[in-house]
Amino acid sequence: MHQDLAISVRDLGKAYRLGLEQEKSDTLFGSMSNMAKAPFRNLRNLRRLDTASGGEGKDTLWALRDVSFDVHKGEVLGIIGRNGAGKSTLLKVLSRITEPTTGEIRMRGRVSSLLEVGTGFHPELSGRENIYMNGTILGMRKAEIDRKFDEIVDFSGVERFLDTPIKRYSSGQKVRLAFSVAAHLEPEILIVDEVLAVGDHEFQAKCLGKMKQVAGGERTVLFVSHNMAAVAGLCCRAILLTGGKLVFDNEPSKVISKYIAGAENQTDNNVNLLNRSNQYSEKKYIQSIKISDTKQQKRTFLMGEPVNIHVRVEGLSNDPSLQVGVIIKSMSGEWLAMHNTGMTPPSTLEQAEFHDCIFQCDSLPLVPGRYAIDVSVANKSAGRVDAVEDLFSIDIIESDVYGSGYRSTSGDGVFYLKADWNITAASTLPTHVQ
Amino acid sequence: MSTTQSSSSKSEIPEVIIRPRRGWVAVDWKELRDYRDLFWFLTWRNVKVRYAQSALGISWAVIQPVFSMIVFTIIFGRLVKIDSEGAPYAVFSFAALVPWTYFSNAMTDSTNSLVGNAEMVKKVYFPRLILPLAAISSKLVDFAIAFVLMLGMLIFYRIVPTGDIWVIPLLVFIMVLAASGLGTWLGALAVQYRDVKHAMSFATQLIMYMAPVVYSVSVIPERWQLVYALNPMVGVIEGFRSALLGTRSMPWDLIGVGMFSSIVLAVSGVYYFRRMERLFSDVA
Repeated sequence: MHQDLAISVRDLGKAYRLGLEQEKSDTLFGSMSNMAKAPFRNLRNLRRLDTASGGEGKDTLWALRDVSFDVHKGEVLGIIGRNGAGKSTLLKVLSRITEPTTGEIRMRGRVSSLLEVGTGFHPELSGRENIYMNGTILGMRKAEIDRKFDEIVDFSGVERFLDTPIKRYSSGQKVRLAFSVAAHLEPEILIVDEVLAVGDHEFQAKCLGKMKQVAGGERTVLFVSHNMAAVAGLCCRAILLTGGKLVFDNEPSKVISKYIAGAENQTDNNVNLLNRSNQYSEKKYIQSIKISDTKQQKRTFLMGEPVNIHVRVEGLSNDPSLQVGVIIKSMSGEWLAMHNTGMTPPSTLEQAEFHDCIFQCDSLPLVPGRYAIDVSVANKSAGRVDAVEDLFSIDIIESDVYGSGYRSTSGDGVFYLKADWNITAASTLPTHVQ
Repeated sequence: MSTTQSSSSKSEIPEVIIRPRRGWVAVDWKELRDYRDLFWFLTWRNVKVRYAQSALGISWAVIQPVFSMIVFTIIFGRLVKIDSEGAPYAVFSFAALVPWTYFSNAMTDSTNSLVGNAEMVKKVYFPRLILPLAAISSKLVDFAIAFVLMLGMLIFYRIVPTGDIWVIPLLVFIMVLAASGLGTWLGALAVQYRDVKHAMSFATQLIMYMAPVVYSVSVIPERWQLVYALNPMVGVIEGFRSALLGTRSMPWDLIGVGMFSSIVLAVSGVYYFRRMERLFSDVA
């Protein structure tokens, strides 16, 4: 390994085993014998969770395959790719949380990884105690935490609640405390996963500043984010992962544009909706879902771009009270908006076995980020009869919607507003005196 | 070449090599040592959190053995009239319940330590052995409190411990070793097979009757005693009785067999744990 290198990754691969679908039996005897055999089958399946034993069945999924790259000392490397491209797996292997199936990594220097903030936080412990708990889990020694304690508390801004159990903290306060501990790690190599997606805007800016400070030093940073603005601003190089493979390694702006361009072609229509299980009823109403703009299928949209969602539904003619709906959720599962065919009902419905229902929206007023799209079919009286949940998502990336060059971030809230400010000179007297 | 300057100031930069492991892996003692602060904080956290927001707090540490003692004294002491070798049945059973309660709780806690901290295991690297070991060491606090209560009972019953009381640290060591052995075995197994967790609750009950907790070892036929002593808690419990109550001479044969089996358990448990470790974050 060359002296200048901090990380050297060669032919890295990581395989996971997927569960195979079980045979079902229709006869009573069959089901009983299946039930009797279940413990043995389960045991075999559990044993097979061990992928290192090798063997490549059709249920083996390579989350990473033949990934090789080097990172120089002091470099800030951005890792981008769609959900399921292998980014998180790569970080997990690099931070020694999980073992690679093939290949080798050499790293020179102390490694800290932040795959989440506040690992090991316990709600019953006070802020002070959690700083020590979290710090030691991240690999700090007690003496080191003692030394940095005041600085950590200052950075977090929760001095007053230091001796309160953190279960009484607001979620914002918890995040601030957690990030403050993390920000004071001093490893030679720092691995960061999307932690900037949390916290309020002001604090995010503070963290970005801290990250820049870290990056400006001699530290090597690996940084995964969906926030393209952050990748462009912080990283000096980026790699793009697609389907577990490293497909592009270049300067951030080029990799980002390749990522966005690539996203256009890569629409996950291979998601097989017919093999899913439907928890709401026996029948699978939703046949397929396609997300597109007005012309082509895609998953990555500029802010303000039109979004169409095509849903093919079976059996609408049989039950006129069925409504097809689209739900936009945050990645944490919060409902942001819902729209269904009951709100703007079509005047007539042709008799047919299948219907294509197209949700057409001129522009989704969402700030950059990733959003989950759920599709549901509901009966007015009985509620949901079918739904596809947490399977589809779209990325909104920033564009100049205000026409002023302002860069929108997820810190601006959830929605952006098309509005104007009218500012005029005021008279010197306060309004209530007039 | 500005980067090389920084490295020269730190004379020794550790190089980590990550590659797939095969087969058995030795324990990395140096790494465990580097993480000793985490071990202490986790131990302390386990103690603190267990009794947080409970009215009786740490007294729960003695409530379990004390109530078992009361029940056993009524049922086995008064009704069944089990021979307690001259000592009052209450002390006779409590001298066994103090180490036994430690053993069963430490084993249960370390079995659940990995599954219970799965979020941590999936998000950050640290030597995984720390989790079961911290569970085992945190239970020593409960043990110490119960032991003090034991001494109080000896005073109450005006029983003077024998000169063999110096053996107790050795017995505690065997007890911790046995708990660590089973804890690492079961903890590692429980990650992959949740059956272990379900089995634990009644398995400890069953094992209790395989140890001389409610009865004395003298009821076991002589020729089976050494086989019986493969359960490390047999030697520990009889040793406690001998040292504290003087009901019998120090059973060195039982202790020796128990020591042997607890060493086998601990060594094999740690190795099995290390072997299965690489799976934890994937299947937890």
